[in-house]
Amino acid sequence: MEKFTKVTGIAAPMPLVNIDTDMIIPKGFLKTIKRTGLGVHAFDEMRYDRQGNENPDFVLNKPQYRKAEILVAGDNFGCGSSREHAPWALADFGIKVIVSTSFADIFFNNSFKNGMLPIVLPQAEVDLLMADAEKGANARMTVDLEAQEITTSDGHVIKFEVDQFKKHCLLNGLDDIGLTLEKVSAIHDFETKSAQSRPWV
Amino acid sequence: MSAPKTLYDKIWDAHVVSEDADGTCLLYIDRHLVHEVTSPQAFEGLRLTGRKVRCPEKTIAVPDHNVPTTEGRETHIDNEESRIQVEALDKNAKDFGINYYPVTDIRQGIVHIVGPEQGWTLPGMTVVCGDSHTATHGAFGALAHGIGTSEVEHVLATQTLIQKKSKNMKVEITGKLKPGVTAKDITLAVIGLTGTAGGTGHVIEYCGEAIRALSMEGRMTVCNMAIEGGARAGLIAPDETTFDYVRGRAHAPKGAQWEAALNWWKTLFTDDGAHFDKVVTIRGEDIEPVVTWGTSPEDVLPISAVVPAPEDFTGGKVEAAKRALDYMGLTPGQKLTDIAIDTVFIGSCTNGRIEDLRAAAEIVKGKKIKDGMRAMVVPGSGLVRHQAEEEGIAQIFIDAGFEWRLAGCSMCLAMNPDQLGEYERCASTSNRNFEGRQGYKGRTHLVSPAMAAAAALTGHLTDVREMM
Repeated sequence: MEKFTKVTGIAAPMPLVNIDTDMIIPKGFLKTIKRTGLGVHAFDEMRYDRQGNENPDFVLNKPQYRKAEILVAGDNFGCGSSREHAPWALADFGIKVIVSTSFADIFFNNSFKNGMLPIVLPQAEVDLLMADAEKGANARMTVDLEAQEITTSDGHVIKFEVDQFKKHCLLNGLDDIGLTLEKVSAIHDFETKSAQSRPWV
Repeated sequence: MSAPKTLYDKIWDAHVVSEDADGTCLLYIDRHLVHEVTSPQAFEGLRLTGRKVRCPEKTIAVPDHNVPTTEGRETHIDNEESRIQVEALDKNAKDFGINYYPVTDIRQGIVHIVGPEQGWTLPGMTVVCGDSHTATHGAFGALAHGIGTSEVEHVLATQTLIQKKSKNMKVEITGKLKPGVTAKDITLAVIGLTGTAGGTGHVIEYCGEAIRALSMEGRMTVCNMAIEGGARAGLIAPDETTFDYVRGRAHAPKGAQWEAALNWWKTLFTDDGAHFDKVVTIRGEDIEPVVTWGTSPEDVLPISAVVPAPEDFTGGKVEAAKRALDYMGLTPGQKLTDIAIDTVFIGSCTNGRIEDLRAAAEIVKGKKIKDGMRAMVVPGSGLVRHQAEEEGIAQIFIDAGFEWRLAGCSMCLAMNPDQLGEYERCASTSNRNFEGRQGYKGRTHLVSPAMAAAAALTGHLTDVREMM
C-alpha cells in the first residue's frame, strides 16, 4: 500500500446526508474481478445520464472540482453495503481524504485498507470546511496525518483524532496481512486451546 | 467475582487471540462465508502472495448475488460479467478446497440463509462475510458482521480480523405485537426511531418479550437490518427456540459435542447489571405495520400515515427529504395507502425464509394479484423453495399470478436480470430503498411479506390488517 503522509489539494463539497454505497458505486460495476479502473464510475448515477453524458450540476463534474482529492460530506457517509468497490472507486478517482460528522462502520474500515483517510469531526468544524470547499479550486486544504491537522485555505487549523494503529499503517503503507502473520504462533495457540474448549467449531 | 458482562462482551472475550496496548485486538473468526461478488480480488491477492486459505474447513462459499433466478442457469448465465464471477468462485472454491454449494446443488441460496440452514452458524461463534447483511447470523447469538474485500483476504489468510471493540447498545421490545405486525415491522420501526446512524460504533443486543416470542426466522429478519441501523452487528441471546432450530442440522454438533456445546451456549446471555452505552425501548403494542416512503431505510412510517413534507425535518435531512420525495415521485400529505404499486418482490436475506413465504401465502390464498401487476417470489434457498412446494405454498402463489423463481439475491440488489424499470414502483420485502438499488430510477417501498402480498392483491400500499 502507498504511504499516506500529507495531502494538499482541492476539497469538493457534498453536503447531502446518508450518501450510500449504491450512490458511490452502483451495483452494475460490482461485476469486475479487479480492484482497479472504477474511478470513472464513481457516483455514476449522479455523475452521468443514461447515455453517459456528464451531468454538469454534479459537483465533481464542475471544472473547479474535477481534480478534487478531498471530499467534505454530509452525515453518515458510506452507509449501506460492505462493497470495497466504493473506496476502490473513490481512490481510483483520486480521493485521498473524506471528512464527515460520521461514517458507516464498514466503509470507514475499508477506506484505511486502501490508503484513504476518513476523518470524523463535529458538525461546526465540518460546516467550516464545507464553506471553505464551496470556494472552489482556489481553496486548497492541507491534511497532515502525522500532525493530525487540517489547514484550510485561509490558514485556519483544525485538529482531528485518528486510531493510532490505523495511523501507523497509513503512514508506513503497511499491509495488514503481513502484520498479522507475524503473530501466527498466537493464532496457532488459540486454535489449539479452542480445539479443547470448543471442539464443535 | 468478575464484572457483569453483556452477551457481546462474552463472545468477544472468547475470541481474542491477542490485544495491543491501544485496544487493537486480533479476533479469531469461526466461520467465513463467501460469495462471488466480494471475493475474486481476495483470492487473487492470495495467489499473488503465494498464501493459502488457513482454515478451508471453516470457509463456506455459495454464489447468490449474480445468479439468475430462472430455469437453465445451471448450464448458462447470459450476462458475461456475472458468468465470469460465478465461474471464478467455482474455481476458487475448488483450488483452495473450501466448502461449496454451486447453483446445481439444491442447498444453494442466499449465503445468509444457507449458513443457518446447514448448521454452519452456531451460537457464540464469530461469523464474517463480505456482505453487510452478515448481521443476520446474530439471531443465533453469534457475533456476525460484514467486511470488505481486503478483510476477506485477511480472514482467508489468517482466520482472524484486526478489530477494536464496539460499544454495547440495547434495543428492548417489550410486551406483545399486535396482529399483522411482524419481525420486519419491528426492525424497520427501530431504524425509523434511531436513524441509519443510530447504531454506529455499537453492537446491538435485541431483547424483550416481543423478541423472545419470535421464531428463528423472525429473529434473523430483525438482526439482518441491524446494519441499516448503522450497527456493527445485531445479537439475540440463544434460548430453547435457537437450540431447537440448530439441533440436527448438517453441520451442528452431535452426541457428546452437542451436550458440551449446549452447556456453553446456555451461558451466553447478558448478566444482570451489565453496562450498555445506549438503550432504546419500544413497546411492542405501539408498533404498527410500517412502510418506507423515501430513499433511506430510516424513512419509516406506519401504513396509516401520510407522506411527510421536507419541513417536517431538521438539518441536512430537509434537503435529503426533498431529494427523496422528488426521486420517489410523492407529494407531501398524500396517504401512504393511496400509493399505487407496479411490482411486488418477496424474497431476500431479510424475508426469503419459509415463515416469510407462509405469511405472504396466508394473505394471497385463493385470490389473484391485481391486473397488470408484476409479482415475484424468490425463495432464499433451494431448500426453502422445495419446502414451500411440499407445503403447497408455491401453488398458492402460482395460482394467484406470482412468478415462482429459483433461489438468489435477485431484485434485492438487482445485480442479476431481476430489476425495476425507470420509475417502476415496488413493494419489496428487501432491506434497502436507496436510489437505484432495485434498478435505475426504480422506486422501492420496504415492507413485510404480508404487506407485500396485500399490495400485490390491491395494486397499492395496503394495511394488511384489513385483509386478515
